Amino acid sequence: MNQIEHNALAQAVRLDALPARAQLASSWVGFRTLLYKEVLRFWKVAFQTIAAPVLTGVLYLLVFGHVLDQRVEAFPGVRYSAFLVPGLVMMSLLQNAFANSSSSLIQSKIMGNLVFVLLPPLSHLEFFAAYALSSVLRAFVVGIGVFAVTGLIALPPVNAPVWVLVFGLLGAAMLGVLGIIAGIVSDKFDQLAAFQNFIIMPATFLSGVFYSVHSLTPFWRTLSRLNPFFYMIDGFRYGFFGQSDVDPWQSLAVVTASLLLTAAIAIRMLASGYKLRG
Amino acid sequence: MSVPAIEARDVVKRYPRVTALDRVSLRIEPGEFFGLLGPNGAGKTTLISILAGLTRASSGRVTVLGHDVVGEYRLARRCLGVVPQELVFDPFFSVRETLRIQSGYFGLKHNDGWIDEVIANLDLGSKADANMRALSGGMKRRVLVAQALVHRPPVIVLDEPTAGVDVELRQGLWQFVRRLNRDGHTIVLTTHYLEEAQQMCSRIAMLKAGRIVAMEPTRDLLARLSGVQLMLKLSGALPPQLEPKVIEQSGDRYVLKVAHPADVESVLAACRIASAHIEDIEVGHADLEDVFLQVMSDAPQRAVA
Repeated sequence: MNQIEHNALAQAVRLDALPARAQLASSWVGFRTLLYKEVLRFWKVAFQTIAAPVLTGVLYLLVFGHVLDQRVEAFPGVRYSAFLVPGLVMMSLLQNAFANSSSSLIQSKIMGNLVFVLLPPLSHLEFFAAYALSSVLRAFVVGIGVFAVTGLIALPPVNAPVWVLVFGLLGAAMLGVLGIIAGIVSDKFDQLAAFQNFIIMPATFLSGVFYSVHSLTPFWRTLSRLNPFFYMIDGFRYGFFGQSDVDPWQSLAVVTASLLLTAAIAIRMLASGYKLRG
Repeated sequence: MSVPAIEARDVVKRYPRVTALDRVSLRIEPGEFFGLLGPNGAGKTTLISILAGLTRASSGRVTVLGHDVVGEYRLARRCLGVVPQELVFDPFFSVRETLRIQSGYFGLKHNDGWIDEVIANLDLGSKADANMRALSGGMKRRVLVAQALVHRPPVIVLDEPTAGVDVELRQGLWQFVRRLNRDGHTIVLTTHYLEEAQQMCSRIAMLKAGRIVAMEPTRDLLARLSGVQLMLKLSGALPPQLEPKVIEQSGDRYVLKVAHPADVESVLAACRIASAHIEDIEVGHADLEDVFLQVMSDAPQRAVA
């Protein structure tokens, strides 16, 4: 072994790392690879991660539509099944965004292969962005799938597609971020399942997916307004019908604020290495 | 003085109930083949985890080729390849996908040439497109080594790389690691097989209860127990004046420690005079295991945290 040669090696590492542009390019590749790996992960098991939730969404529509089409008119002049479609799309979108990041993280933690993303020079922001964005992508694939199939049964009008996109994006991002938090905090599958069953499920179910909150008693109506998921669904639905329970701008403000808050928590956890870099 | 490959200064790692590392300082020069030994729970893996950024030290500072592992983690991690102790893998991917992805994490895009070389060197060619799940334990171990090398790190850390690995792979692995060392890579090794450490490492640190209790070139460490071990099988009692030299006895077999080869003669003479007939005799030197056991029994116990 040759000391000079080795110093040259050490030097080479230092020098090529110095130009900010080269560094930026290299971390861009790192982020892109992690995103690619996360997308590949759910894509390779698409039957379970995409086809299954699409089927679930369709089943909800068939059953609830069948039972309620003749009896309920949530919005004036709108058939119940058509009213239900945006809610189901949003619910699938939210649940799958959460499922994606949280199950990826908990699996990697339990399998021990999280070490492969902890050893490389990835920053906490790259880590955050890759997990959040891959969750948004999966949510969109599922959401579009649910819309495509349920739309065949009862197609709602699309009055303001920009609102649809904005609320879809913000909702998926927030749930992807919540999934990151749940994945970091949980040590076992059953802890994650508790998160999913006792927080995400009730919050989405009670957010007005299946009904307009105007049909609720004042107490439940007030309670619904404390649920950020309600604003996601309501704003999303506004994009379809041009009518909603609250002003879409108010929903936008609540949803954006919730996303920023959860993102700040997740980024802080990642920056401090909480539970990941003991 | 050159930049050290690895430097740890006063590294402390405290957990709520235990101090895993207690002011550990060491300096590993570029190109060294360095051994980190110690019983289970001594703090070897904790030290490696801090070095790799998997754990943060409670206090103290660690650098890789001069880069602080916290402050300049990007540069430090690019210089470092770690083969983890646990046999971990990602079941979603094939061997080649695993290596490409790992390479990408380090910011390397067009790295297929080197990936092919690593695959060939570790004899993974026939399994390159197999899913990780389908691989045997030994093969998974090789992929872990390949993953650690995918960004050509100048400093390579192997944490118990041969645990549960068959003889053939072990030898192949050592050959490859030796070559990497010859090519200029610094190697840090932890192992339970002291024989391996003795053969491979030019310098060894021994950890006990979170403290370094010995750190010397391997030959100096072995010279500490210089002297000769003499195994005797006697018919008749051992002459009483030899009893202080006995370090082991089972039945009529005695292992004696003598300071110098020339002293063997006086032992034999004592036996002859006492008419203790020597039925069998063997002369040996201390090996790393003896040194290890001695160092470990001399070292103080863990301080209460």
